[in-house]
Amino acid sequence: MNEKRERALRLLRHMIGIRRFEEKCAELYSAGKIRGFLHLYIGEEAVAVGAMEALRPQDAIVATYREHGHALVRGVPATAIMAEMFGKAEGCSGGRGGSMHIFDASRRFYGGNAIVAGGMPLAVGLALADKLQNRHQVTACFFGDGATAEGEYHECANLAVLWKLPVLFLCENNRYAMGTAIDRYQGQTNLSVRARSYGMPGEQVDGMDVEAVATAVARVAAEAREGSGPAFLELLTYRFRAHSMYDPELYRSKAEVEQWKKRDPIPAFQALARGQGLLTDADTTAIEAAVQKEIDAAIAFAEAGTLEPIEHLTADVYTPARTA
Amino acid sequence: MSAQRTTYRECMRMALREAMQRDPRVFLMGEDVGMYGGSYAVSKGLLEEFGPERIRDTPLSESTFVGAGIGAAMGGMRPIVEIMTVNFSLLALDQIVNNAATLRHMSGGQFSIPIVIRMATGAGRQLAAQHSHSLEGWYAHIPGIKVLTPATLEDARGMLWTALEDPDPVLIFEHASLYNLEGEIDAAAGAVGIDKAIVRRPGKDVSLVTYGGTLHKCLQAAEQLAQAGVQAEVIDLRSLRPLDAETVLASVRKTHRAVVVDEGWRSGSLSAEIMARILETAFYDLDAPVERVCSAEVPIPYPQHLEQAATPQPPGIVAAVHRVMGRHV
Repeated sequence: MNEKRERALRLLRHMIGIRRFEEKCAELYSAGKIRGFLHLYIGEEAVAVGAMEALRPQDAIVATYREHGHALVRGVPATAIMAEMFGKAEGCSGGRGGSMHIFDASRRFYGGNAIVAGGMPLAVGLALADKLQNRHQVTACFFGDGATAEGEYHECANLAVLWKLPVLFLCENNRYAMGTAIDRYQGQTNLSVRARSYGMPGEQVDGMDVEAVATAVARVAAEAREGSGPAFLELLTYRFRAHSMYDPELYRSKAEVEQWKKRDPIPAFQALARGQGLLTDADTTAIEAAVQKEIDAAIAFAEAGTLEPIEHLTADVYTPARTA
Repeated sequence: MSAQRTTYRECMRMALREAMQRDPRVFLMGEDVGMYGGSYAVSKGLLEEFGPERIRDTPLSESTFVGAGIGAAMGGMRPIVEIMTVNFSLLALDQIVNNAATLRHMSGGQFSIPIVIRMATGAGRQLAAQHSHSLEGWYAHIPGIKVLTPATLEDARGMLWTALEDPDPVLIFEHASLYNLEGEIDAAAGAVGIDKAIVRRPGKDVSLVTYGGTLHKCLQAAEQLAQAGVQAEVIDLRSLRPLDAETVLASVRKTHRAVVVDEGWRSGSLSAEIMARILETAFYDLDAPVERVCSAEVPIPYPQHLEQAATPQPPGIVAAVHRVMGRHV
């Protein structure tokens, strides 16, 4: 099997994996198995999948409360993610975080931050730690367009440029800060233009095209690894589902959503790869079957999971004293 | 033991220098900590000694350099972050409360955040209402962080290293009126424990419970009270979270009277917490209602006489003690 075909299979597998996993999450939410807030990534899969394709295991990831997709592609087991959403002790955060707070230290996956822009300073600090310890690693910081209105974004862009830190600012521009359209909250709606004014590269990329994302992220990651400092990519994408399960979507038209669905990254990539002779319909069938199996296993794992004993409630507020 | 004459500021600087020398993962960052030497001159000379990689001047962006400290701690470093004053720390409150304090518990114990955040606090320098408040009691409300208030030369010299060795976020509040405090300290003084309150002056008649800048006011008050025949026991809490209630309660069980002295405001304060602990556990040991001496419920004003009137002073402490002693002056 040649490398190109393998890569195409991997990209499609990851995108379908996220799509089906989250469709099931929505069902489980309605069934009361998942509670709290649940933010779906459906429609935006090409961003996480393309970006992760370009990153290395030793790179750090900082994500948002819409992070199931990033976690899955990073390799956090679907079982552990589902158990987390079920609030079970076997979850990747011990069941304490839920959908918005997926962490996996072993995979350098630093959350799961539910304060908009709150993860950015962490990403800057992780990159600073890499630089001070002479590790040629990058920190990929995912955030939405809404975060670019927060003060922390401006502070972080400035500091990362000033200190030439290997941070990739990966802006998932889905055109809405929850329910507020970008032209209703930004004076400059081209976020790349403003990013460049801080003194870092900034460009718009088609976030519905997984290959375009992978190519762009690979390029800026290579530069950052070599010490050129941070970069900003504005990945133009769209959220097909509501902001969260509570959102009646009063702020956008059905026609707009339908228009964007025509650019669904999964069929688009399938058509492209078929045209290049890399994938067949049988591949999709096989992927769908494998994904279904994975999701079934994740649900079974989560169902069978245990609740953390209430006596453990206060464990890990602080680090336990070292035992001599 | 060879004693040397020094200041609180110099003790903090010795502690910083020692930490930088002992652990290559330690670095200091904050506004004007390098070329300027620190807004209270604590880090003067350290840039020349350790270089700009480890003594890092930051832009005026409290949220980001505090958050970057948290990230760097997660990435294997031992950052010391200096915030000019507690008032400015409010710009970093999101990072301290939503990240530093939560990440360990919320991730199921996957991360430790070994960061130390230092800042000046308190009134007494006529810096008016945006540079003079005492908000350490607020921070003490937050599970997941530790809150230290060094009030003596020994604690200024010794708490930092212990805080750096601690795997969790530690906030150190340095009362701005203490930087010029002079005294003698053992040349060999080093790390001190941070989990116990200390009786700074023993006494049998009344417990004066305090911390930080008001420790010295309580000690002055205790001296005056001694001349009036009242033996006050002065307790320096040293750590506001965790709180060593046992030392306080042991004292109250002995003296049967207590006055809590706190430069924070009275309502919803640390002093209220101390009183509650006493009432919950030592109610029947009390011979008189517990009194408090706190800051007046106003933004701290600029003119010296109003600033003095707004904050706890020895005469007010003495008067409160006489009230609980059943004597009226």
